[in-house]
Amino acid sequence: MLNFIADRWEQVLFSSWQHFSLVVQCVVLASVIAVVLAALVYRNGALASVANAVSAVGLTIPSFALIGILIVPFGFGVVPAVIVITFFAALPVLRNAVVGLSGVNPALVESARGVGMGRMKTLLRIELPLAWPVILAGVRVSAQMVMGVAAIAAFALGPGLGGFIFSGLARLGGANSLSSVVTGVVAVIILALILDLGFIGLGRLTISRGIRV
Amino acid sequence: MSNTIATSSKGTYREGSTSDSGAGILIDRVTKRYPGQKAPAVDGITLEIPAGKTVMFVGPSGCGKTTTLKMINRLIEPSEGRIILGDDDVTDIDGDELRRRIGYVVQSGGLFPHMSVAKNIGLVPKMLGWDKQRISARVDELLELVSLDPATYRDRYPKELSGGQQQRVGVARALAADPPVLLMDEPFGAVDPITRQRLQDELIHIQSELHKTIVCVTHDFDEAVKLGDWIVVFSERAEIVQYDTPERILAEPANEFVEGFIGSCAGLKQLTLSRVGDVGLLEGITARPGDPVREVIPRMERAGEHRVVVLDGRDRPIQWLSRRQLSRINVLDGVTDPKLPVVGNRATLNDALDTMLVCGEGAALVTGPRDKFLGVIDVETVMRAITAIRQQVARSVPADTPVGINTGSVPTTASGARL
Ligand SMILES: Nc1ncnc2c1ncn2[C@@H]1O[C@H](COP(=O)(O)OP(=O)(O)O)[C@@H](O)[C@H]1O
Ligand SMILES: [Mg+2]
Repeated sequence: MLNFIADRWEQVLFSSWQHFSLVVQCVVLASVIAVVLAALVYRNGALASVANAVSAVGLTIPSFALIGILIVPFGFGVVPAVIVITFFAALPVLRNAVVGLSGVNPALVESARGVGMGRMKTLLRIELPLAWPVILAGVRVSAQMVMGVAAIAAFALGPGLGGFIFSGLARLGGANSLSSVVTGVVAVIILALILDLGFIGLGRLTISRGIRV
Repeated sequence: MSNTIATSSKGTYREGSTSDSGAGILIDRVTKRYPGQKAPAVDGITLEIPAGKTVMFVGPSGCGKTTTLKMINRLIEPSEGRIILGDDDVTDIDGDELRRRIGYVVQSGGLFPHMSVAKNIGLVPKMLGWDKQRISARVDELLELVSLDPATYRDRYPKELSGGQQQRVGVARALAADPPVLLMDEPFGAVDPITRQRLQDELIHIQSELHKTIVCVTHDFDEAVKLGDWIVVFSERAEIVQYDTPERILAEPANEFVEGFIGSCAGLKQLTLSRVGDVGLLEGITARPGDPVREVIPRMERAGEHRVVVLDGRDRPIQWLSRRQLSRINVLDGVTDPKLPVVGNRATLNDALDTMLVCGEGAALVTGPRDKFLGVIDVETVMRAITAIRQQVARSVPADTPVGINTGSVPTTASGARL
């Protein structure tokens, strides 16, 4: 096991970095998309319910199946991997952003309008910062979730640690196959922990002291 | 009462960056229909708000006070009619731009919890493009104005303030860009009675410095009498039942509806018409922290006083010590007694009595603008004032009564003038 890692140290590090960077980039992209969507729908009760339903139902789609389907139009490689990861990453953020934005005290929104902030300014300066702790919690959940999803993306020959897991599983029983799987899984878990620490730090930096619990 | 405020304070305070006078408002045949409701919430109201005066809206819940108020800054768009601010017709100008020119205070301050006190207060100046230094200087000036120490409170967050302090910051924020008009919707509804009285006193002091045009909604008739130069009594659909000075509404309520609103003790309410500062105050003996007790006591003896008022560096009372308390110490210290019975000089005699009762004292300390000590008021003084008021109930009609009518309502005939 240790030999396995020692022999492939460079490769493990490189794949981990790829995995990490893929996840982070997709989560950032997904968060932006989800928050914009939430900002568009949260004022409208019906649309907000639709958004909630989508995020609930979307999470039940098996990621493996979705990747398989996407290979048909996009072929193997990075594109289907990015689409699937971003899709799954967006769902928890969308739900939390809708909840967070709808949860902002209407009196504060009116107060913002009362001092002469326009709709956009109210959204950017008041509503989003107040909803931010809830949104960030969604981003955190989503990052944990897509760490695993990103491993599955290796099926579409996407980058990352999934390669260790898939190649190991394919040769199960063969030499080093178990070591390969375990290396992949453990590395994913370690990355997930590192990223989560990062989010705790981000929360400290970006959540105003006035609303921190 | 309105005359006293205007004459006593005209130009006596510092010339800051604050303009001296508010702008008048004309609500001209304004109607508001909410979608899906048959009856309009506000029905053809025409109301003149005189520049630099405080006009109070009172009336039962749901009668359209808030709707009328919010149509002035167009948080609610009128369905019909015009809003004139100063000389400008503001009915069709950009609403956000209009609201930056009008201060707006809501219940419990409406402060943004994720912004510091300074950020909250500096919001409007920032939107108006002031530079950082000017904003920061303005923030400190306003905190002083609302009796909060800038160094202590500038960087706090709203959750680190008491309800009364939050409300003060709310007022400071509304005043930040020195708007000519201040709109307040039940501003003191969410604080305890003693804090409310303090905040009211402070608003009166601020108004005596700034002369804004203030429109304030309240459900508390005593508050309306205390704060208002004029009171509008509304009934359903913002129908104006009476628009008059507090004195005249108390002395001559227009009808049973207004009488009902005044409540049973109309006589006692006259107490709300007299200000602490209008009756003779006792001078009191004052001392400073650090003064030795052996020097203070002879002064008290000479004046025949039993207590001494300790003032801080800004002449604010911090302790009120009896001879017995003095006998236990050698030197006066600078600690503030939180339970000091204090009333503002613009507080009503009613407030003064309340304070004396709550604190269990037969007297109270009187403070002026920025909490400066002015003198002492005692129960005997209040009693003499009551007798005097009884003897001269004001019945003069002010010459320049502002207009307040409902064009939308059927003119009431002399015989059936009922609501
Ligand atoms: N946003 C709104 N939509 C529909 N009806 C409203 C709205 N706001 C107030 N109303 C109605 O208009 C009337 C006047 O309300 P309001 O001005 O808030 O009264 P007040 O402030 O005197 O209690 C009430 O009957 C209330 O139900
Ligand atoms: Mg109201």
